[in-house]
Amino acid sequence: MTRTAHRVWKYGDNVNTDVIFPGKYTYTVSQDPEELARHALEDLDPGFADGVRPGDVIVAGRNWGNGSSREQAVTCLVAAGVRAVIASSFARIYYRNAINNGLLVIECAELADSVETGALIEIDLAENQLHVAGEVFSFPALPAQVREIVAAGGIIPYLRGATISEKM
Amino acid sequence: MFKPESANMSMTLTEKLLARASGRDSVQPGEIVIVEPDVVLSHDNTAAIATIFRQLPAGTVKYPDRLAITLDHAAPPPTAKHARNHTEIRQFVREHGIGNFFEVGRGICHQVLCEEGVIGPGMTLLGADSHSPHYGWLGAFGAGIGRSEAAALWATGQLWLRVPDTMRVTISGSLETGVTAKDVTINLIGRLSSEGAAYMAVEFAGDGLARLTPDSRAVLTNMMAEMGAKNACMAPDEVTWSWLSETLERTRPEDSQARLDFFRDQALYPASDAKYAIEHELDLGEIEPMVSCPHTVDNARPLSSLARRPVDVGFIGTCTNGRLEDIASAAAIARGKQLKARLLVIPASSMVLRDAAAAGYIADLVDAGATIGTPGCGPCMGNHMGVLAPGEVCISSANRNFRGRMGERDAEIYLANPAVVAASCVAGRLIHPADLV
Repeated sequence: MTRTAHRVWKYGDNVNTDVIFPGKYTYTVSQDPEELARHALEDLDPGFADGVRPGDVIVAGRNWGNGSSREQAVTCLVAAGVRAVIASSFARIYYRNAINNGLLVIECAELADSVETGALIEIDLAENQLHVAGEVFSFPALPAQVREIVAAGGIIPYLRGATISEKM
Repeated sequence: MFKPESANMSMTLTEKLLARASGRDSVQPGEIVIVEPDVVLSHDNTAAIATIFRQLPAGTVKYPDRLAITLDHAAPPPTAKHARNHTEIRQFVREHGIGNFFEVGRGICHQVLCEEGVIGPGMTLLGADSHSPHYGWLGAFGAGIGRSEAAALWATGQLWLRVPDTMRVTISGSLETGVTAKDVTINLIGRLSSEGAAYMAVEFAGDGLARLTPDSRAVLTNMMAEMGAKNACMAPDEVTWSWLSETLERTRPEDSQARLDFFRDQALYPASDAKYAIEHELDLGEIEPMVSCPHTVDNARPLSSLARRPVDVGFIGTCTNGRLEDIASAAAIARGKQLKARLLVIPASSMVLRDAAAAGYIADLVDAGATIGTPGCGPCMGNHMGVLAPGEVCISSANRNFRGRMGERDAEIYLANPAVVAASCVAGRLIHPADLV
């Protein structure tokens, strides 16, 4: 399997779901990807929504996605074309929501200090490695079932792929 | 392999709850188990979950009597779009015959489901809401999930969970006057950080717990969401049973005794030899009033180090601190005074509102110049009913002070206990109630 190359958006520790996707939109915003993407990281980085390109990744510090259970904090990034979030650690509901919506989440505590916004990073899912400017970082392999769900694009397409009793 | 019987017995409360929910004799931390929750909670997000649900082949809700739905996050609706969202939810409720549906004005999901006896000791709830650890104050398992997972649960009745390690917090001593369970949680989160219990269960224990009221206990478990916990819990005791008995008699007089008997039969207790991954001890007598400063809950400071910071507006309410004892403590401070800062008070439920009115607390607060809102979440997540303006400083009894949380990124939110919120509105600046002249 070949490596895939991605442009990095870098953020710090404890980025919460309110700044990823503001709560005031959660009960009225449509599922329209363009509308979701427009609010992505609105209260964290006002330049993100206009600057993000399909295939970009986010690299962050500890406890990415703490706070609310709102799934739009994941789906707004998927809609914006973000391929993966690579963080030192994740809040638990965010981690589940990401997998369930086909957003690749990679825990790698060492990476955050080694890249800045604009850097290029290569992800190798076969070898569970990240390559940045000649440096190599390893991350724990994702369980097979988790990889299947992400590859299917999330838990709903995954469950639709077979009868529910087979999968649960 | 030979497995001594005692291994099955030495489980923490969370392990026992998850063993029951997954139909097993025992579970161990790190195991993935398939649970069948007794209750699946959703609220104003129900219409969005239904949209996902309709993409699944199931078509029907597997256990309609296990769903519980409240309208509370933007209630009454502030815009036609929010109103349409509620209409879609009512239609779903009718279509699928959901009995546990609670309308606009009944209150916040976590308060209402406890008052209505939808959930009780020994039971398991998965909720499409991050403050679902709340239910542990009744000796139940509660954890937050996402919308897609809620849709999958409606279809299948099942979801996978990893059995968490348990952190035990053993509480001793008694709170000083003016100090509350809220200060205990801000102190704990400040020390352990917002990920101090990430992926873990938190179990509260100790003789100090027996001296905490039901309203205060719910603050402890509710706020553990802000420490990253999967769930938080404590064993039921006489205080729990008295509250359930009195409350169910009011909300469901037709079957309150039967429900109480069911809860007593279901109740679980941690084993005396249970294994805890981390132990913390906490003396209530050593806690002082605490404030979470902008823009994270774990940015915790003693109130004494912050006094005199001017505030524009106060908010008392939410699933964390909108109960009767919270409103009572605010009324006692506001009584006979005129507020220098605006104060918004939103009871957590219609029952709390009714009791606060009957006790004269609402009159005390209104006479002092406070605004009373419809029971529900209010401006907690910036939807409506008191959002902030740029540059405003808010002192709040809620649970989150993230940037933009109350609708405006250039506002500041300080979190404190309700008495400190009320006193600060009387003075127009952050102040300890005891320092009011």
